[in-house]
Amino acid sequence: MSGKVITITSGKGGVGKTTVTANLAVSLALSGDRVVCIDGDIGLRNLDVVLGLENRIVYDLVDVVEGRCRLRQAMIRDKRLPELHLIPAAQTRDKTAVSPSDMVHLCDELKSETDWILIDSPAGIERGFRNAIAPADTILVVTNPEVSAVRDADRVIGLVESDEKGPAKLILNRVNPAMTRRGDMLNAEDVLELLAVDLIGLIPEDDHVVASTNRGLPISLDGKCKAGQAFTNIARRIKGDVVPFLNLDEKPGLLGKISRLIRVGGQ
Amino acid sequence: MSGVAKPKVQIKGMRDGLLVTLGEGSWPDLVDALTQQIEEQAAFFRGAKVILDVGSHSLKAVDLGSLRNTLSDRGISLWAVLSSSPMTEKTAQILGLATRLSTPRADRTIRSHDSPMVGETASLIQKTLRSGTKVQYSGHVIVVGDVNPGAEIEAGGCVIVWGKIRGAVHAGSGGDEKAVICALDLSPTQLRIAGHLASGLTWGLFRRRGKSQPEMARLLGGKVVAEIWNTKLK
Repeated sequence: MSGKVITITSGKGGVGKTTVTANLAVSLALSGDRVVCIDGDIGLRNLDVVLGLENRIVYDLVDVVEGRCRLRQAMIRDKRLPELHLIPAAQTRDKTAVSPSDMVHLCDELKSETDWILIDSPAGIERGFRNAIAPADTILVVTNPEVSAVRDADRVIGLVESDEKGPAKLILNRVNPAMTRRGDMLNAEDVLELLAVDLIGLIPEDDHVVASTNRGLPISLDGKCKAGQAFTNIARRIKGDVVPFLNLDEKPGLLGKISRLIRVGGQ
Repeated sequence: MSGVAKPKVQIKGMRDGLLVTLGEGSWPDLVDALTQQIEEQAAFFRGAKVILDVGSHSLKAVDLGSLRNTLSDRGISLWAVLSSSPMTEKTAQILGLATRLSTPRADRTIRSHDSPMVGETASLIQKTLRSGTKVQYSGHVIVVGDVNPGAEIEAGGCVIVWGKIRGAVHAGSGGDEKAVICALDLSPTQLRIAGHLASGLTWGLFRRRGKSQPEMARLLGGKVVAEIWNTKLK
């Protein structure tokens, strides 16, 4: 096996990097692939909580890098999905505890025994971001359809380009079709026209995501809701399948129809 | 070669930070020499802002990027790269590094607009400027691509963009009031000509989209005005 390293980054905080990482990891593991997630957010770790593995952490990334444990000892295996592993970040240290070359060595060691290595990058464009993209084969940039998030994504895409890491791929998270319809939110075309990169995922805003994140049960474990499907589709696209994007613009109900009629009449 | 007389690395304190001048030699040798010098005087360098003069070396993003990482590992921030190589300048701009030191504003240019503009230099940038990129140039700037929100251009002369301007553009930054800004789609976050800020214009990424048309902005009676470019009227 020679695993591929995928780094999930965004520039701006709070756009859903960790949620995307957790759900992609679950979707890939559900398809039978061996997956290792690395939490790159040293000092502000979250991925363990979202995956529901926080009470099983003994060793972390910094322990591995500083030689206090073997790599295997820091890999927490998910009990629900035996193919899924997490290397958590240290909570008591900061980004400078690890260097970009440490990350490259670590991933080289993991590649022989996994299919996918997913790195959850911290927000920002400083050391933590540099650590996270150093070993990457593919970089996924997560953004929301908001002007500020798009601007940060643009900066990050530029930085990724200048590091000669190939074109980044875009995940547009938290799309609200109703707001887009009303013209209160940027639509996917606006965002793609500005960023000029390939779209690999379109995830609708969904209350289930927040609820599942809080419970430590990633939403793609249960593939019924639209957001869960969207994550599964991204995992399939990463594996090379051609999957059409979900039609988020669901038919408006009776109330929606009436309000639209009123608006048309008023204009 | 008798490389004894001229040191590979020269360091000079300046108003803007430490000016590090790299001499002749292969790039890896120079990087080694610089790294060694920094290790020897670690305390002196810690927290320093460095301006790197690389002379005529043509550098790729990997070269400059890895040097910047090496420096930042040692607590030094690289903020500007000076070079006579256009490729290096471009690389530095892509990495978001300055390529010119701040010059005093009193630089009222000797350039005369009455004489034919033969041979004026311009910097040609054939790519989209993404957020965080800053292009500074004393002459004209031509961009083939877009200028995205969060990107900045500061030109001593005119700015011509074959694409959309959605970032911040300052033309005639040295006080040239005849400088103009042209774009196929002019929707900037900020526009300045010779220090005059365009005001009262509703632009921006989130405006309602109409059909975009080429526009030219210039200074008219101390105000920045933008007009649709229509050759029939000229």
